[in-house]
Amino acid sequence: MPALVAALINLSHPGRYVHWGFIQLSVANLVVIALMILVFVLAIALPFPHGKRARR
Amino acid sequence: MTTTLPAPAPRDDGPAARPGVTKGIRPTWTGRLRVRAVKALPPDKLLPDTQPAYVASWIYVFGALTLAAFAVVVLSGAVIALKGPAWWHVSSIGLFFNSMHLWSTELFFFFMVVHLWGKFFMAAWRGRRRATWVTGVLAFAASIATAFTGYLSQQNFDSEWISTQAKDGINATGAGAFWNVLNFGQMLMWHIVLLPAVVGLFIGVHVLLVRRRGVVPPFADDRAGGPAAAAASVAGPGVGQGAPAAGLFEEHTPSSRETAQ
Repeated sequence: MPALVAALINLSHPGRYVHWGFIQLSVANLVVIALMILVFVLAIALPFPHGKRARR
Repeated sequence: MTTTLPAPAPRDDGPAARPGVTKGIRPTWTGRLRVRAVKALPPDKLLPDTQPAYVASWIYVFGALTLAAFAVVVLSGAVIALKGPAWWHVSSIGLFFNSMHLWSTELFFFFMVVHLWGKFFMAAWRGRRRATWVTGVLAFAASIATAFTGYLSQQNFDSEWISTQAKDGINATGAGAFWNVLNFGQMLMWHIVLLPAVVGLFIGVHVLLVRRRGVVPPFADDRAGGPAAAAASVAGPGVGQGAPAAGLFEEHTPSSRETAQ
């Protein structure tokens, strides 16, 4: 059971970082930023479901 | 064959006919406050049952998602406050609520950033919505400070490392004299009392301003200058995809203030 609820990725090691000149970013933060961009694009591109027409 | 006619729209005789907005009111501060509050936010504006057609897009969902995440942050934080900041070190239930507090905070910032991007590219300060934009920015800034003091309240090596690193930055600004990140009690009080109150206040004002000014229309709606063109261009399932308005969403009629922008 503990194995089922454990993190999908082994977190018991020092964080990994990427470097671009003076910019230093953890891979974890980079993944979150990529996910936010993906969700932002999907939010614009995906059609929104419609309910019943309002009776007025 | 019978024909069913739609029910007539509720009659609105203007602000003077709304409850609380009556002439001859007694000159008390409560009466004046009520008149001003009802005039600024009449019940149909405060709790609307329809939205403009252009709101039928996923990008308009992220403000409400941010509010939902904020509610979970506050509730899980309140449970942790009952037992203290060290609870999660010695209890599996405490660890559960600490994790819920952390991940709801992660989602809060995730949704808030997507909301911010959406509003930025819509130029959501148009149509006298400058105060809405500014209160959103202030809520974002106060949220960062709240999250930072939360990291300092973990009572582990991580919080110790963050506080000793942050003290140099804070001292460099000159604020270290009265805002000491090495003072755990002070940081905890900021995290669980003062900053949540500030964030909640800015969010509350932000939401009320959204109710008062309405959700910002897309650019196409502003350029169209009329409801027919606006409905044709923005009433679709996504922004800019043409389809008729349906459900809770109705055609948007730009106000004179919006078209004047």
